[in-house]
Amino acid sequence: MKEEIADDKSIFGFWVYLMTDLILFSVLFGAYAVLRGNTFGGPAPRDLFSLSSALTSTLVLLTSSFTCGLAAIAAQRGKRNGTIAWLTATFALGATFLTLELAEFSRFVATGASWQRSAFLSSFFTLVGTHGLHIAVGLLWIVVAVIQVRLRGLTPATTSKLTRFTLFWHFLDIVWIFIFTTVYLLGII
Amino acid sequence: MNERLTIKRYTIGFILSVLLTVTACLLIFIHDQSGHVIFTHPFLRVSVVVLALAQFIVQLIFFLHLGSERGPRFKLAAFASTIGIVLIVIIGSIWIMNHLNYNMMSSTQQMNAYIQSQDGL
Repeated sequence: MKEEIADDKSIFGFWVYLMTDLILFSVLFGAYAVLRGNTFGGPAPRDLFSLSSALTSTLVLLTSSFTCGLAAIAAQRGKRNGTIAWLTATFALGATFLTLELAEFSRFVATGASWQRSAFLSSFFTLVGTHGLHIAVGLLWIVVAVIQVRLRGLTPATTSKLTRFTLFWHFLDIVWIFIFTTVYLLGII
Repeated sequence: MNERLTIKRYTIGFILSVLLTVTACLLIFIHDQSGHVIFTHPFLRVSVVVLALAQFIVQLIFFLHLGSERGPRFKLAAFASTIGIVLIVIIGSIWIMNHLNYNMMSSTQQMNAYIQSQDGL
């Protein structure tokens, strides 16, 4: 019982961190919404973004959110190998997402659409790059979590850590839905 | 917290999310394929935003299990106040920036002349 209350507290504390992170993203969204038209004669959102690549990244990240939930379920049921397997799947999907994003960034920079080109591109790279940085931290977290589960098994401490990771990953998925909609879809329309 | 997680709940959430994402893309795809005839731009913008908000709610309920905590709903309270701040920041920024002097001039030439005289750009 005591352990459960401590677990509740640490999860609530992490939740409060996620809420402050949400405010960070809202500031970047606000900046992007204001600056998206300021292309300074450079490429506009419509010239850069493609529907198919945005859809692919979104589906990859959505699936990783699902496998991450399955890892949490396996952990709660005490299935150690299942937990590690689903976490590995989440890592693979997250890494694919990040690779697609970095490939897109380098394609933009190669065609002269770097962050120095216009206010629109500066705010684009800041917003999407900050999300990508969070994904990179999440990938590192998965590696640490898998090692800990391997070494220590599914103890209350490792399970609690996994619960917090799950919250973090789902949170990033939700932020991406808004990037996908406001940056890519509304940019293409 | 510590509610029993179920595969069924995650699967429903995942399927709904994929459907909402694909629907949004499909609307734009149909619009492009028809040579920008089917669906007007305002309709597309509104429906894409509505689909995103629907997906937001789906993921909050099915993935983050918001609203299903036992006892006092601290998570929900923290979330609600954060959404308040987020809305003020985003809507406030757009509102203020759209009403700046630069954007209140009647023509582009006037605007460029003003920017040149003020900022020497």
